[in-house]
Amino acid sequence: MWAWLHRQGSPKRFYNWSGTLARWAGWGSLLLGVAGLYYALFASPPDYQQGESVRIMYVHVPAAWLSMFIYMNIAAASLVSLVWRIKVADMFAAASAPIGAWFTFLALATGSLWGKPMWGTWWIWDARLTSELILLFLYLGYIGLLAAIEERETAARAAAVLALVGVVNIPIIHYSVEWWSTLHQGATVTKFDKPSIDWTMLRPLLLMAFSATLFYVAVALRLARTELLRRERESQWVRELIDGRQGGGRR
Amino acid sequence: MNPKRRNRLLIIALVVAGVGTAVALALVALNENINLFYSPTQVVRGEVPQGHNFRIGGLVREGSVRRDGQGLQVSFDVTDGPHNVTVEYTGILPDLFREGQGIVAQGRLAANGRFTADQVLAKHDENYMPPEVAEALMKAEQEGALPNPHSPQ
Repeated sequence: MWAWLHRQGSPKRFYNWSGTLARWAGWGSLLLGVAGLYYALFASPPDYQQGESVRIMYVHVPAAWLSMFIYMNIAAASLVSLVWRIKVADMFAAASAPIGAWFTFLALATGSLWGKPMWGTWWIWDARLTSELILLFLYLGYIGLLAAIEERETAARAAAVLALVGVVNIPIIHYSVEWWSTLHQGATVTKFDKPSIDWTMLRPLLLMAFSATLFYVAVALRLARTELLRRERESQWVRELIDGRQGGGRR
Repeated sequence: MNPKRRNRLLIIALVVAGVGTAVALALVALNENINLFYSPTQVVRGEVPQGHNFRIGGLVREGSVRRDGQGLQVSFDVTDGPHNVTVEYTGILPDLFREGQGIVAQGRLAANGRFTADQVLAKHDENYMPPEVAEALMKAEQEGALPNPHSPQ
């Protein structure tokens, strides 16, 4: 089992299976996204208190979930890269970072747009909002550190350590609304209790969340594949791949 | 697992645990400052900063909202169950402001024990439902079939 997993992490094998996975994830994301948007904008009711502006939730909540999920992926890949020295894990972590940063930005921006009409303010320094802002800075720091160090191995190792240390922030974001008094409300779906949201509103929310997850998988794998080809351009299997393409065949 | 990898894993685990402990200690020490608002009980017990701005949070007590004629002046009680604090505010309230709703007000305590707010923000809860469901729930509650989740204990 472990040996098999280890083999899938070899550059050539990864290149082969990730292409198929990225293609399926991309189409899945498109389909779920279209269905999710339809339910979110047309086939879901307004909220009993917030009215139509509740629809911001269908972008805001998936973006916020993804901002944390992608960070956990970066941390897991960093651990694999530090302990087992698997090159592909490095590339996957590096490819995930800009996507995660954009989802974090999206969560903060849509939250701000939602906060103004509902709470009465664009921004407040409560624990949830502040810890999510720190997550954005962690992403930017990670991207900056990767770019700042010339030597690739050193850069990857330093960034991996930063990513692992930053993991401390993830439970803080999640539990901030329970540990401290905040303006942001508590969890609706990600709690042990039954979700306190009507099914007609949970449906578009979950569709959008799965669509965003698959979008991340598709884009991160494509970015990692491009980086992989660049780094392995001198190797035998990449030469063969390119020769095969230039020979007119479809691989 | 070979010893080299096990050592690396151990070092990483130690570093993350160390940073986690440090952050946890810092957060516990800063607990007072991270909390966004004080509860009415804390205000009544005098646990709030005197002569400084602070935030108070709680539910708007049912039947306590009094508007001053045509003006923007409004006063209402903020409650957390056992204790109430009267808040006075002049300005436009957020859309979600209503009786029974959670709010956070920023301002300072006046000499008469009333809270003079210069900003009132509405909190919303984690329940989402269409208006028809809310109506049905309200009806069931009035008939005594369901306990009111908003009623102060």
